[in-house]
Amino acid sequence: MTKEELKIKLTERLPAASFDESGEWLNMIIPPGNLLQAAQLLRNDPALNFDYLFCQTCVDFKTNLTMVYHLTSTDHRQPVVVKVQLDRNKPEIETVSHIWRTAEFHEREVYEMFGVNFLNHPDLRLLILPDGWEGKNPMRKDFEDPVNMIKL
Amino acid sequence: MYRETQIIKDASQVSPTGGDLEGANFDDMVINVGPQHPATHGVLHLVMTLNGETIKKIEPHLGYIHRSIEKMCESLTYRQFIYVTSKMDYLSSHMNNHCCAMCVEKGLQIEIPPRAQVIRVLMDELTRLASHQLWWGAMAMDVGALTPFFLAFREREMINDIMEETCGTRLTMNYMVPGGVMADLHPNFHKRVKDFITHFKNKIGEYDELVTGNVIFQNRTKGIGYISKEDAISYGLSGPSARGSGVQCDIRKLYPYEVYDKLKFEEIIETGGDSFARYMVRMKEMRESLSILEQLIDNIPEGDFQAKTKAVLKLPKGEFYSRVETARGEFGVYIVSEGGTTPYRIKFRSPGFSNLSALDHMARGSKIGDMVAMMGTLDLVIPDIDR
Repeated sequence: MTKEELKIKLTERLPAASFDESGEWLNMIIPPGNLLQAAQLLRNDPALNFDYLFCQTCVDFKTNLTMVYHLTSTDHRQPVVVKVQLDRNKPEIETVSHIWRTAEFHEREVYEMFGVNFLNHPDLRLLILPDGWEGKNPMRKDFEDPVNMIKL
Repeated sequence: MYRETQIIKDASQVSPTGGDLEGANFDDMVINVGPQHPATHGVLHLVMTLNGETIKKIEPHLGYIHRSIEKMCESLTYRQFIYVTSKMDYLSSHMNNHCCAMCVEKGLQIEIPPRAQVIRVLMDELTRLASHQLWWGAMAMDVGALTPFFLAFREREMINDIMEETCGTRLTMNYMVPGGVMADLHPNFHKRVKDFITHFKNKIGEYDELVTGNVIFQNRTKGIGYISKEDAISYGLSGPSARGSGVQCDIRKLYPYEVYDKLKFEEIIETGGDSFARYMVRMKEMRESLSILEQLIDNIPEGDFQAKTKAVLKLPKGEFYSRVETARGEFGVYIVSEGGTTPYRIKFRSPGFSNLSALDHMARGSKIGDMVAMMGTLDLVIPDIDR
């Protein structure tokens, strides 16, 4: 499947999505409310069959937090990048850990590093940070630690 | 059709280390494996909930060696950040550097000279061999055989010597730079690699004799740590761990980079899904790597080892992703650039992190003694998980 074919298929099925084709792979931007529906469609639709979540992360753009899901299929091998923009003050999004099980770990990492709250996540606890960590989320752009951070 | 798993919030999901114990089963025993434990090969902390000898749940606690490399990279330039990445998966440091260099090249649209491409592939395959040798020794030691460790180090030492001569260091090489490699090959390189190939070809049979055919070893790994193909995909497994379950996932074959599309090699797939299948994938992969070395060592093209690049690298605004196959699986670098000299955000998709997430699923219901056999064949490198 090529990038263009994938775009046609996705536009038919997800009217709420907008696309950006500037990168190497097709970028799909969807509103936070539609993520769960979109994820289920991407995973379960036989024509799409995106079964492999190979990278899940978050980017702090100062104006918003953007969740980035890199998906591919073991079937047709055409990756797609799903992006969801979240409110920076109250970031909340549905979990996808029951659709792609690897997301459980990745979401825990994003939760502690960026403070994104994943709704319905089975086990949303700190993974890397020490127990009892208080204060800001380290990977956000406004995080400052005068003692431990080295800036060049 | 793939069935979605139910989100359950029952007593077994309650953290044994903290939180409320209301409803918890007090017949269960909670033991800590690590942070300092020889079988974890690093500082990995596993909290295991046991019922008798049966594992009910494994909860990894990470962060003991977290150096916040992703955050650190945000203040390093595109030339500097590559050196930090050697310290993530220290057994695949060439491949880590390779992936980062490729991502920067993708952004700058640099074509690298043919000589550099071949050198990169040679170095990658040597590293893969060294990593698999170390894994083989350590894995056999985990399940109780001590001799393989010494044999593996004997061969690995030869690779380390080759690396030392050309790259200057033995473990964290920092040899790949945007545009090619840092220095040309050492004059001894060709001869030493040839010697190594002849030597290792004779010795690899010894590996099989000593461990693969061993009845005790087979009993300890066959049927242990089973993971189905669907689960392996869903848990994001990659590399030999996934190929042991029959998932086709070799980046060298699927998305060829450098000269991999011109080489003849097999993607090793086993369908057993257990620890022994994962073991066999790595053993066969060593032979494939040897064959790649043989194909390339006499055909290193002449020419530059580095493309001409500007002193200060500036990536255009946008997002770049590159992926390579390391010894442990798929390694990815995701760079978000705002057009400056430093990355705005960088994410390293490390194979170990995803592979570890499947450990709990694999281990549930099996005996505590089998846990090391599972961890051994997942080939976890802790700094790679923690980053």
